[in-house]
Formats: sequence, structure tokens, C-alpha cells
Amino acid sequence: MSVPRHWRESKRRYRLLGTKCKSCKKLHYPPRTVCSSCKSRDLEEYQFKGKGNIYSYTIIRNPPEGYTFCRPYAAALVELEEGEIVTAQITDCDLDHLEIGMPVEVVIRKLFAYGESGIIVYGYKFRPILPRK
Amino acid sequence: MKTIKDIGIYGYGAYVPMYRIKNSDIARVWGNDPERVPVKEKSVPGPDEDACTIACEASKNALLRADISPQKLGTVWVGTESKPYAVKPTATIVAEYLGATPSINAADWEFACKAGTEALQGAIAYVGSGMAEYALAVGVDTAQGQPSDALEYTAAAGGAAFIMGPSEGSLAEYEGSYSFVTDTPDFWRRQHEHYPKHASRFTGVPAYFSHITNATKTLCNELQREPNDYDYVIFHQPNAKFPMAAAKMLGVDKEKVIPGLISPYIGNTYAGSAMLGLSAVLDVAKPDDLVLCVSYGSGAGSDAFSFKITDKIIEARERAPNVKSYIARRVGIDYAMYARYREKIRM
Ligand SMILES: [Zn+2]
Repeated sequence: MSVPRHWRESKRRYRLLGTKCKSCKKLHYPPRTVCSSCKSRDLEEYQFKGKGNIYSYTIIRNPPEGYTFCRPYAAALVELEEGEIVTAQITDCDLDHLEIGMPVEVVIRKLFAYGESGIIVYGYKFRPILPRK
Repeated sequence: MKTIKDIGIYGYGAYVPMYRIKNSDIARVWGNDPERVPVKEKSVPGPDEDACTIACEASKNALLRADISPQKLGTVWVGTESKPYAVKPTATIVAEYLGATPSINAADWEFACKAGTEALQGAIAYVGSGMAEYALAVGVDTAQGQPSDALEYTAAAGGAAFIMGPSEGSLAEYEGSYSFVTDTPDFWRRQHEHYPKHASRFTGVPAYFSHITNATKTLCNELQREPNDYDYVIFHQPNAKFPMAAAKMLGVDKEKVIPGLISPYIGNTYAGSAMLGLSAVLDVAKPDDLVLCVSYGSGAGSDAFSFKITDKIIEARERAPNVKSYIARRVGIDYAMYARYREKIRM
């Protein structure tokens, strides 16, 4: 991916920023210009709350180049509180104790870096909800 | 020093990575006595964490407690010596993450372990002069110690963020601050080097203790107080011993230092250290308590701050996880995993 493309997508990737259809209220992530449900073009930015549950997951043991620094890691479908489903890595977790339905919350982490000299790409991942003491 | 306008801490937030390595493990690897170590264990950032991601979470927690729109922030200032990029600010990424761009002053500040409190002095001045209603300052590091060096036992990762704002509605009123600086070569890292160097005989008396005690005494004089008049006192925490020794020199009861003393459990988080200690105190302090926080950064200097807690603290502290929660979220790792996560193995 090119530097300009990372830059265009950075805001929504850092913050889980999607869109909301003003006519039918449907939420989208990634953000859209046309509503996937009613085809309306009247959309506004929507900040997802960042809480959800693991809908399904798999453990990646042979990641693509650039992702090996986190090997092995969990890639999951996370069902957000708002009902939308997003794909994300699960971080700060014990891979042997992940479960479908486990509550998770969004964090920002390093997704990958282009070697030692290229840009560092940051974006959302999810982690098990931090227990409060 | 005082500000023109009355200001205070409007929000604060902490973050500590969950991995820990025991000092006894590091001592075992290098053939040193596992009983004679500076702290019990230290925090280690995960492979997908760096000073930027830590700054982001600490700042988000501060924003939750301040309960203001990120668009109202006038600054995002990040004090760190572990910038992910040598050239390119960490602060712009944090500002974008928070939703604070584009009407914002964003920059990285540098002054070894006091980079964060230096940024905090700046935020105090920015709000205190009326240039912004709110200003965010972060102290964060993912400190690296050379394998087998004395600093490897304590160099840790963590950070804390503070939002300064009007005194009215703040969690803690700002009473005054002071900075004490000299040119002291106790610790340094040259460009392109992975690990810092230090002059051992310098680190104690002429560096840490001289700057901390001078800064403390001068601020106390200005406020016509004694150091022991405070209910809580936080000193920079390069290890478990130094802050206690500084307290003794200044006549501060050790019970006042212990609530903010977190280095025994997570090590020295460098620019995060004194600010994380202050966060831990804000997690437990009562309205009207007086809090003194004094940082130390090699090179060298100390920033001292005096605050008075308000009743707003009670509700605000519940809006984000406290320092204790992050310390309790602990996963022990061995030296091999630590070497991998900290990129000590170079291929
Ligand atoms: Zn629609």
C-alpha cells in the first residue's frame, strides 16, 4: 500500500470512525459514500464506541510479511455494540483462552511497519476488556 | 512560578503495558545476585506497542476524565525519549487519534526523564496565559537499557497524560511550579545509538538528589510551606530507593511517598515516571489534600508542581481505569520473550 493511501485512511483506522446514513440510520464501517442499505448519499461521520464481542476468530501462525512481529496472533470478527461487524486483530490476550462472545474493547496499536526505514502504520485492534480495580 | 489565570488539572490518564519481567530473571541471565536488584519487576511493551500507542491510550483516558471535546484542546505535547520516528512528531499521530486536529499546537518535547513534566510546564503556561482553554501534556517512554547494564533492570514502559484547564471545574487546583536546571552529563544517548550511556558516579548526589531537593525547596519557599506540609509527595522514580532517600533528606514522612511510588512494580518509565506517580495519587487523594510532584531528567533538571485536590476528583477518577488496574493486569515473560519484544536480538 502507498503512503498516500495510508494517510487517507489513517483517521478512520486510528479511531474506528465510520459513517451513519441520515435517512435510514444504518451504520457502516469502513465508512461509505453510498448507504449499503438504502443507497442514500446523505451520510455523516459516526464515531463507533469501540466496545463489542468476539463473533468468530482464528489464530494466524503464518502471517504475511510485515506482520510477523506479532506472530502468532488472533484475527477476529468483532461484533460492535452498535451491531456492525469489523475484522481486527485481538491483542494483549492469551490465545489459549479466547472465546466466542468474549467482550473486547478497541485500542490503537502498531499494525505493521515498512522495514526499518519506512512508515509505521497504526490502527485499531481489540483487547479483552481491562478489569477495573 | 504562577500563572496569570487560575488553572488546574482538568483530566489525567495513565497507561502501563501488561508484560513484566522480574529483576531476578535479568540478574540470573547476567550472573548477578538476584537478591540485590533495584526493583521487583519492570513493565515491557508488547510487540505492537510503542511510545505513540501508549501516549494515545493515556491521553484518551485523560480526555474521558476531563469530559471535554478534543476540539477544545489547544495543545497535544508529548514528552519522550523513545520517539517511534527520529524525524516526524509523535504528537501529530496522538492528536489525530484523539480527534484534536487541525486547530492545535502539536509537538514532541525532549529532556530525558523530565520531558513530560517539561511539556506540562508548557501546558500550564499555555492555559495560564489564556492562549488556550485546555492543553494536553503527555510523559511517555519505552525505555531501553543495554543488555547487562545496570539500567537494564529498571528501563520500563508506560505513560501518563494531563489536561490543564480553568481552575473552575478542575480536579486539582494549580498552586505553583518551578524548574531547576544545570548542565550535568549524567546520562546521554548519541544519535544512531540503540542504548544510552551513563556516568555512574554522577547519577546520585550531584544529579538526582541535588536537582530534586533544590527544586522542592525553592517551590516550597515560594509557597511558604515545608515539604512535609503536603499530604502526598511524588518524586521521579529511577528505582525503589532514590525517592525514599530524597523524602528523608527533605523531611517528608515516607507514608506520603508510598501511594505514588510505583517503580517497585513497573520499574522506571522515564518521562512517564513522576507523572504516573502523580496519577496514582490522584486515584486515591481526597478533596483539599495537597500534592507535591517533582520530576528529574538527566542532563539535568527537575520540575516541581504544587496542587490542591478539589471535590471534582471523586466523580472524574471513575471515568477511566486507574493506575492500579494497569499494574494488576500483569503477564510475566522470561528473558527470551523480553529480548524478542524489545528487539534486543538483531538479525
Ligand atoms: Zn441508508
